[in-house]
Amino acid sequence: MSIDTTVDLGLPTVGTDGVPTLPEGEKQTGKDFTSDQEVRWCPGCGDYAVLKAVQNFLPELGLRRENVVFISGIGCSSRFPYYLDTYGMHSIHGRAPSIATGLATAREDLSVFVVTGDGDALSIGGNHLIHALRRNVNMTILLFNNRIYGLTKGQYSPTSEAGKVTKSTPMGSLDHPFNPVSLALGAEGSFVARTIDSDRKHLTSVLAAAAAHRGTSFVEIYQNCPIFNDGAFDAIKSPDTKADAIIPLEHGKPITFGPVDETTGHGDKGLIRSAGGGVEVAQVAEVGVDALLVHDAHNPDPSTAFAISRLTDSGYLNQSPIGIFRQVDRPAYDDQARAQIRTASESATAPATERLAGLINGGDTWTIV
Amino acid sequence: MAKQVQQLDRVIIRFAGDSGDGMQLTGDRFTQESAAFGNDLMTLPNFPAEIRAPQGTIPGVSSFQVHFADHDILTAGDSPDVLVAMNPAALKANLGDLAKGAAIIVDTHDFTKRNLAKAGYDENPLEDDSADSPLADFDVHQVDLTGMTVEAVKEFGLSRKDAARAKNMFALGLLSWMYGRPTENTVGFLSRKFAKVPDIRDANITAFKMGWNFGETTESFIVQYEVKPAAMAPGTYRNITGNLALAYGLVAAGVQSGLPVFLGSYPITPASDILHELSKHKDFGVTTFQAEDEIAGVGSAIGASFAGSLGVTTTSGPGVALKGEAIGLAVMTELPLLVVNVQRGGPSTGLPTKTEQSDLLQAMFGRNGEAPVPIVAPQSPGDCFAAAVEAARIAITYRTPVMLLSDGYLANGSEPWSIPDVSELPVIDPKFATADDLAEGESYAPYARDEETLARPWAIPGTPGLEHRIGGLEKQGGNIGSGNISYDPANHDLMVRTRQAKVDRIANSLPPLEVDDPSGAAKVLVLGWGSTYGPIGAAVRRVRKAGHDVAQTHLRHLNPFPNDLGDILARYDKVLVPEMNLGQLSMLLRAKYLVDAIGYNQVRGLPLKSAELADVIGDLVAATEGTEVDLHSDPTASKEEN
Repeated sequence: MSIDTTVDLGLPTVGTDGVPTLPEGEKQTGKDFTSDQEVRWCPGCGDYAVLKAVQNFLPELGLRRENVVFISGIGCSSRFPYYLDTYGMHSIHGRAPSIATGLATAREDLSVFVVTGDGDALSIGGNHLIHALRRNVNMTILLFNNRIYGLTKGQYSPTSEAGKVTKSTPMGSLDHPFNPVSLALGAEGSFVARTIDSDRKHLTSVLAAAAAHRGTSFVEIYQNCPIFNDGAFDAIKSPDTKADAIIPLEHGKPITFGPVDETTGHGDKGLIRSAGGGVEVAQVAEVGVDALLVHDAHNPDPSTAFAISRLTDSGYLNQSPIGIFRQVDRPAYDDQARAQIRTASESATAPATERLAGLINGGDTWTIV
Repeated sequence: MAKQVQQLDRVIIRFAGDSGDGMQLTGDRFTQESAAFGNDLMTLPNFPAEIRAPQGTIPGVSSFQVHFADHDILTAGDSPDVLVAMNPAALKANLGDLAKGAAIIVDTHDFTKRNLAKAGYDENPLEDDSADSPLADFDVHQVDLTGMTVEAVKEFGLSRKDAARAKNMFALGLLSWMYGRPTENTVGFLSRKFAKVPDIRDANITAFKMGWNFGETTESFIVQYEVKPAAMAPGTYRNITGNLALAYGLVAAGVQSGLPVFLGSYPITPASDILHELSKHKDFGVTTFQAEDEIAGVGSAIGASFAGSLGVTTTSGPGVALKGEAIGLAVMTELPLLVVNVQRGGPSTGLPTKTEQSDLLQAMFGRNGEAPVPIVAPQSPGDCFAAAVEAARIAITYRTPVMLLSDGYLANGSEPWSIPDVSELPVIDPKFATADDLAEGESYAPYARDEETLARPWAIPGTPGLEHRIGGLEKQGGNIGSGNISYDPANHDLMVRTRQAKVDRIANSLPPLEVDDPSGAAKVLVLGWGSTYGPIGAAVRRVRKAGHDVAQTHLRHLNPFPNDLGDILARYDKVLVPEMNLGQLSMLLRAKYLVDAIGYNQVRGLPLKSAELADVIGDLVAATEGTEVDLHSDPTASKEEN
């Protein structure tokens, strides 16, 4: 049975709808979003770059600073809210999406961000993450994936490659890793993207699209941990290898990567449909440009996006699609919850105390004089 | 043959049958009829955790006990005067609770060889006329309720199975005749309930009426009983269960504080009905969020509290165990939060549908670190309303999570509730912080404190100039109150003590404890909390009726204790603490007041029995005063208090 969700509920369509904006002519800068707290990540940590990018990106939204809220869980990246001069809560391990769900449902006028890591979101908080995604609560989830536990000093995480030797796995990890994008797509996330800490331009463009999306926006950010997992993303960061390692996803464009062939204007490799219905890498020279898969982030069917996500290496990262995998419209949970309350309240015009008296005096009553 | 009418001052009836026999509905209707008639009453539903346990077996028996009287009563009664048993298992499961001479109305229809075997009867007890018969001591009325029901509803063309299902209404009709209950409300109820299925509706109404007529015409029943309306305090009443009263209390707390209520909850027995009820009241701005798990339930409530709602989570003991870390976060972030624990038998999954008071120490200490949480407990089903409003007052005023400890007996039991006047409910001021509170050039200090309550300011997102970050790490407090992360040893010591002091200060806002000590000469004090109020009160009445002095007081606030509790305890030679646990309040009293609290502890999944408790009190009074206490030779013993 399919349920028709196309009924026009008059719900907002842009992520920041309903959030008060700055008065005309007033501008904010990154400094306005920078708190007075000293940033305490390790030297060289990828989190610095993401923080800077976020601080500089937030003013672009033009929202009133007091209506922006960052909620985090536990882990290195979850210190993030302390460094932003907005409202924020550094909560408990894995639970940030649940706290953000209450916050976002209670208040339409807030722009809600969740900052989390691979352990926080995918291990202890896995349940909350998938349920936030399926409900499509209006919030932007930034998942900092460094593929290691940093704050507890170097145990393997749910995104670490199998066989990884860490403090808790001296003979190698036995766990098969999660692919966060595949997981988010499986949970029917309506906005699923991946970006890289060191690519400020790409990171910012993805953040802008995520914030504009109504519903849960899921952004995986590859983030280097220089202390416990240094070099995990070298292949996609090094100028020598990144052209072959990054599969860039741009809506409406053929998906190609590798050194650019001057005759076609495309990379030498591209994605095509595989015989089994999935997606595979092919040499453009062999298959021709017309055979290349054109990226459609708006496809209601997530199957192709999922197939593309499977091209991410689960071991050492020599290849990974980067960009917005999926961006589709679906009613947001919180908008619908508020709409139900508005509908129920339409006829409730009498003062609340009068209606309360009516409620508690309902049912079969009798009076003793 | 002329029927006799006999006056009674009170009656306890237990309807018992298979889980699918509709005993809860039957009991509930009888209760509504009795409430409408004007009796005082208390009820005790008792049902298995399985939705449909194997038919005809002892574990599948569901029962509903109602105690109604022409005077003020406190419990659902220890021992039924009348048992209505719909099958052999229901007879066997409940026989042990009956006193000698009790009446049993039994549906003979299901006393087949197979059903007798399922219930563990080798022989049919109804056919055993010997002196050793299990039924020898009782006044047994054998009636083919099912057969007569099927016959009565023949004209509606139902299947035999559907026709037989109306037998509970036949039984209700018969009992309604026996006790002169008004019937209009039940006819109206059935008309509404089955409005969409006219055949079923008509069959049920007919069965109900035929049950009444059967009582009036048959010679099996020659006595009709009359229990006159009770003299009750003036007011408007309704019959209400604890879960419904608690849900209404939460709606009222929202209205009285001006805050939207946000309930984050995961379904769990016996608390789910609060979620169901609150989901109907969106017109009061109540949001109900059925979370993916217990932790998300409390997490979403904390998020909503941060946003400026009254965050509530409802659960039972196993759920509180899962929420512990998040409740600690609310302690640390000092946000208002209501945690409702409708206690059930534990540990682990325990007895989901049975009552217990064994989560008091969990409420008190079930978190890591020094994490004090105020605790409020209602004492009767109707009292759940006021207790919820009080819990909200504490949570909002003191910016703290509050544990509201109800239990399975309060949740599903019911009593007439004197509906309060809304204008007399407390008004709760959330006192949101604004930038106007700041002096020129001053920056916002989220952990500055109110001198009297030690509460911190509550600045909600969207408030310009008060942007701040909170979280689970230790905060810089003291005179600065910046709320920034602080690992300073002296600051941590100060903050641990301050959080405790804030909770302790709540005691300054509590009224003096009411001690019921009519003669002022009692040497024994009986102290309880929560749903034991009724059984304790009934037991105390029995002891007094036998001419002895005993004092009673009951705690609504378990943390902090009222300021005068220590002095009150010191006034009595002996303090008896009855609880449905192994002595949790006793332990707290002993620790705080060095008082030799004597426990009376029962963990049977059922309310305390007031007759047993009265004997214990009597023995203690005898030992303390060096007198004889005999509660059983009283000529009015048949009118023992309950």
